[in-house]
Amino acid sequence: MLELSIRRRQGDFQVAVDLAAGPGVTALFGRSGSGKSSLIAMVAGLARPDQGRIVVAGRVLFDAQARIDLPPEARRLGVVFQDPRLFPHLSVRANLEFGRKRVPAAERTIAVDAVVEVLGIAHLLDRRPALLSGGEKQRVAIGRALLACPRILLMDEPLAALDAPRKAELLPFIATLARRFAIPILYVSHAMDEVLRLADTLVLMDDGRAVAVGPVEDLLARPHLRPLTGRYDAGAVLDCTVSGHDDSHGVSRLAFAGGTLIAGRIALPVGTAVRVRIHARDVALAVDPPGRISVRNVLPGVIRSLETGEGHVVDVMVECGGALLWAQITALAQAQLGLKPGMRVHALVKAVTIARSDVAGREG
Amino acid sequence: MLTDLETEALRLSLLVSGWAVAGSLPLGLACAWLLARRDFPGKMLFDGLIHLPLVLPPVVVGYGLLVTLGRRGPVGALLYDWFGVTLVFTWKGAAVASAVIAFPLLVRAIRLSLEGVDRGLEQAARTLGCGPVRTFVTVTLPLMAPGILGGTILAFARSLSEFGATITFVSNIPGETRTLPIALYSLTQVPGGDAAAARLCAISVALAFAAMLASELLARRLQARLKG
Repeated sequence: MLELSIRRRQGDFQVAVDLAAGPGVTALFGRSGSGKSSLIAMVAGLARPDQGRIVVAGRVLFDAQARIDLPPEARRLGVVFQDPRLFPHLSVRANLEFGRKRVPAAERTIAVDAVVEVLGIAHLLDRRPALLSGGEKQRVAIGRALLACPRILLMDEPLAALDAPRKAELLPFIATLARRFAIPILYVSHAMDEVLRLADTLVLMDDGRAVAVGPVEDLLARPHLRPLTGRYDAGAVLDCTVSGHDDSHGVSRLAFAGGTLIAGRIALPVGTAVRVRIHARDVALAVDPPGRISVRNVLPGVIRSLETGEGHVVDVMVECGGALLWAQITALAQAQLGLKPGMRVHALVKAVTIARSDVAGREG
Repeated sequence: MLTDLETEALRLSLLVSGWAVAGSLPLGLACAWLLARRDFPGKMLFDGLIHLPLVLPPVVVGYGLLVTLGRRGPVGALLYDWFGVTLVFTWKGAAVASAVIAFPLLVRAIRLSLEGVDRGLEQAARTLGCGPVRTFVTVTLPLMAPGILGGTILAFARSLSEFGATITFVSNIPGETRTLPIALYSLTQVPGGDAAAARLCAISVALAFAAMLASELLARRLQARLKG
């Protein structure tokens, strides 16, 4: 859907990105100043690359050599900025229709009613933006971008300016967009929570470059990318499939490459692909097979690496079958148990979090 | 209620000021846009030139207009030869003099309002399919409206009170260039004109007050629209 290869120098900073993004949600993740927002601005036509080429849905938007540089209004991309940028002199309804009015009738593939319903903004239509809350404004901004029926939706940290409750309120809306309206989304964020919840593909950005591109679970399992994905944020992210329910005990079974996990009963049919997150701090290690123990998820594995962090904490990477888990233990425990790479251990998983409940296009 | 002389002066004042403001508004918008949004060589000089009438004695401006726009002036001669237009000693000339004097106030107010418009909103409009011109008309201009209104009223009021440049450039001709302030001045120059002068004074005050009130009410309505 999106192919780009661009170079741009901004003072001492160089953005140089080669990237191809497919359907679904592609997340650009990196710390602030890694070039994520510049990239979005260049795709949107609000900043000009020095060199390169940008193609969206088979249409060349920018090509330095061929001297093609479509202005933003000709690109047909939806942009949701960090601030909602609603037009204060227009009602919510007029804001929603602002881009739509300029789209030929035959190309208005996204219906107003559907967007209003999904975003839950029906009761706001006749108000002025000044009277909306931050979360409501951002919902309207998303609706406005969608209703212009863009070929791709660019979202530049759309939740960064909101407080935690508003974020939690908005995430489900964004999660449904890509599939409900069959529109690819390029999502910029520096919050791993959002990425895990939304993204199919992850692009790790660092110092103006795309360091790694791939499925979220794959990239987060690569130890050498940990400095970029974040030490505590990463934990382990596993592709699982709901393999069964036990209603008498209120639990569900989740199959993954390394075995089966037991989680609290989830309301999803058997066979659903889910993205499961296991925080390193929720995993304990046992050298001998634990006997009678309340923890239900005990996974045999092999220690692959140990990383000493701050505050006498050690992050241990354990390979269980084909999957990688992280356990966070104390330096004291490591010393007294004599944990070393290659040792056989048992990972005791105390909590399993469902990060995303319907991983589209991927098979568990 | 009003004497013929008063009606005449009032009509002329409104005509001259109305045309002065209406005629300079598009140019004022263009200048404000250049100053707020563009960088070009000589911008300081351009800015200074626009603001010059604010600090010069109006008589100097009037004399300058007389020299350049008079029948034999470099610009005035061309205007007459090409379009048959004579400015000097006509109400059109009075409108030009008022416009020049009030121009800095108009540009200043519009420029401030333009600088207050969030460029992010314009970017958003561009990504939603509006070209630069349409973006300006549908987003920038409505957001500037309070400033444009304020500048227009200010310029209108300044035009109503214009005296020095007008009398120097187009003189004091009853029915043609004798606006309210000039009529008032004339009355103070003849014996026994005090009572009539006082009436003109009252009319001037009422007019200025009405303009201010109207602008305030309109500005409030516009602000209310932006705030919801």
